Amino acid sequence: MEFAHRHLLGIEQLSQADITTILDLAETYVDLNRRAAKRSDVLAGLTQINMFFENSTRTQASFELAGLRLGADVMNMSMQASSIKKGETLIDTAMTLNAMHPDLLVVRHPHSGAVDLLAQKVNCAVLNAGDGRHEHPTQALLDALTIRRAKGRLHRLNIAICGDVAHSRVARSNLILLGKMENRIRLIGPPTLVPAQFAKFGAEVYDDMREGLQGVDVVMMLRLQKERMDGGFIPSEREYFYRYGLDAEKLALAAPDAIVMHPGPMNRGVEIDGTLADDINRSVIQEQVEMGVAVRMAAMELLARNLGGTA
Amino acid sequence: MSATLFTNARLIDPEAGTDGPGWLRVESGRIVARGEGDAPGGNGARVDCGGRCLAPGIVDIGVKVCEPGERHKESYKTAGLAAAAGGVTTIVTRPDTTPAIDTPETLEFVTRRAQADTPVNVLPMAALTKGRAGREMTEIGFLMDAGAVAFSDCDHVVADTKVFSRALTYARSLGALVVAHPQEPGLSAGAAATSGKFASLYGLPAVSPMAERMGLDRDIALLEMTGAKYHADQITTARALPALERAKRNGLDITAGTSIHHLTLNELDVSGYRTFFKVKPPLRSEDDRQAVIEAVRTGLIDTISSMHTPQDEESKRLPFEEAAAGAVALETLLPAALRLYHSGQLDLPTLWRAMALNPARRLGLEAGRLAEGAPADLVLFDPDVPFVLDRFTLRSKSQNTPFDGQRLQGRVLASYVGGARVYRRD
Repeated sequence: MEFAHRHLLGIEQLSQADITTILDLAETYVDLNRRAAKRSDVLAGLTQINMFFENSTRTQASFELAGLRLGADVMNMSMQASSIKKGETLIDTAMTLNAMHPDLLVVRHPHSGAVDLLAQKVNCAVLNAGDGRHEHPTQALLDALTIRRAKGRLHRLNIAICGDVAHSRVARSNLILLGKMENRIRLIGPPTLVPAQFAKFGAEVYDDMREGLQGVDVVMMLRLQKERMDGGFIPSEREYFYRYGLDAEKLALAAPDAIVMHPGPMNRGVEIDGTLADDINRSVIQEQVEMGVAVRMAAMELLARNLGGTA
Repeated sequence: MSATLFTNARLIDPEAGTDGPGWLRVESGRIVARGEGDAPGGNGARVDCGGRCLAPGIVDIGVKVCEPGERHKESYKTAGLAAAAGGVTTIVTRPDTTPAIDTPETLEFVTRRAQADTPVNVLPMAALTKGRAGREMTEIGFLMDAGAVAFSDCDHVVADTKVFSRALTYARSLGALVVAHPQEPGLSAGAAATSGKFASLYGLPAVSPMAERMGLDRDIALLEMTGAKYHADQITTARALPALERAKRNGLDITAGTSIHHLTLNELDVSGYRTFFKVKPPLRSEDDRQAVIEAVRTGLIDTISSMHTPQDEESKRLPFEEAAAGAVALETLLPAALRLYHSGQLDLPTLWRAMALNPARRLGLEAGRLAEGAPADLVLFDPDVPFVLDRFTLRSKSQNTPFDGQRLQGRVLASYVGGARVYRRD
């Protein structure tokens, strides 16, 4: 398996073959993770630092678990409470950290492009765990793996991405990945949250959800941030749920075997009906979480293989 | 099945632009036939119009009925009576009540009140932002489902351009019409008059007429950005007209209205600090008035509204600066508009294009026409009969009209809504 990348900063830099390589390797880790003995030692002796400049529970836990299962020494740094508050610049933080010789650096940052900037200043492999509204590559990869396992393929599918596309790094990474794998993508949401410019990326843009969901194979819901709910971008939670919330009635317009996805955490009753989210016949939301650990294990293993030349 | 034949009428047809003798047949609430010359026979009632004018009923965008909140100023009942007596067969109500009509629940209350008490058609507008505060958009989708025909914060300008652009964007996705008040809010804050010789002489806080153009320019830029459907409630100055003309030429979905007061009065009428002449925006110069009349003639300004705004005596019996703005006009709209007819500036089809056809079209209504199949919302009036207005004869609960004691020409003889007579002058 060839994977010629030093960092995983975004889906943008990956080829179709790269994506397939990561997903294929991740499949093996899905099997490993389902066993009682989950331990591997491919990262034994390596140091993984999780630097989160923005709150995260699930992504951080997923990366931490992935590293531990592969035998790495994992350290979590919550950057909100640390030197950043004392006025240190991002680059200084990176230089300081670099001096400690980590091997894998997992970074989340509230500003688009910040992880790229940091990657230029360190000698280790950097994994983007979400930068502003830009990219969240491991989320797109875990979504891709979930779709591939549920649908048996990752091409020529009709996929709807619904909700707050404008502010979503998950949507951007998915749009790029699913486009590279030759799927048809529809973006659905109010025009305040799905600007028409997205049509330029080859996606079809719908402001009527009922129209947009017709016949799709995959319905990918996005989280609506609380601070966007009242009056700024949409009038209210109840009008949003009525027009753009996924419920059984709207899902009935999709293909009969369409799957429902959500990157979490969900706002039940705002973007997705609670019963539907729990419907094991349609919802693959729990599966997404499981795939997350496997995909992150695969990505870290592939990057670790390339570490030797740069040390 | 009810049928009425109007004979011996002078038909004012704004769609065809014609003004001539004819007859009109109404069945089951709709116009079914019309023609010139002698009327045919047939069953049903006959109304001999005696050569008087028969025109589509007026469609008035921007009527304030003070329910909820200030029912002592105007109720649906009194507004309905005033509208019927004024030949206004459809009132499009404003949401600048207390509280503002900004939720589907309030809108449903208002709709229920209107249906119970009003003989004319009532179509409600709802607020564009919650509490008309300019911070958060209202539930435009739910409000449309509840019957809102347009969205407006009335004389409150949404000063935050980001909020306004998002509201316009959201409204566009639902095809909602946004009615805005073009005005630069900083410049016009606190103004009671239009800046110029008159305001200087009288020592009134004044606003440059340029504030209207600045507001309109901003709104036009936002329309280019968002593609929304937009109506400027009142264009009252010459300087705003070229911008409007350009926006229309560039294909933006924009229309504009003006008020009857800005068409028939000017700043000098305020002389003696007469607060019944305080309206918003303030009365303009005679040059502005003439330019606006010309814009109505050419069709650049699409609609004429009463901007009916009831204020009780207490709100008006104050120093000019402190007095409330606004005037009642449902009953004076038609005779005041006829001033422009008698002065030879606008013919009757042109006036009715602006008072009935265009407002109906903008709201997607079938009314405002004399065509076969159109609803039989009609006004029968004598354009020539002179009278002196006594404001205490008005049916509105508030009688704050600037035309009190003035000579006017033209009286409504009868009004019909859906073929049924809702008013007849004794």
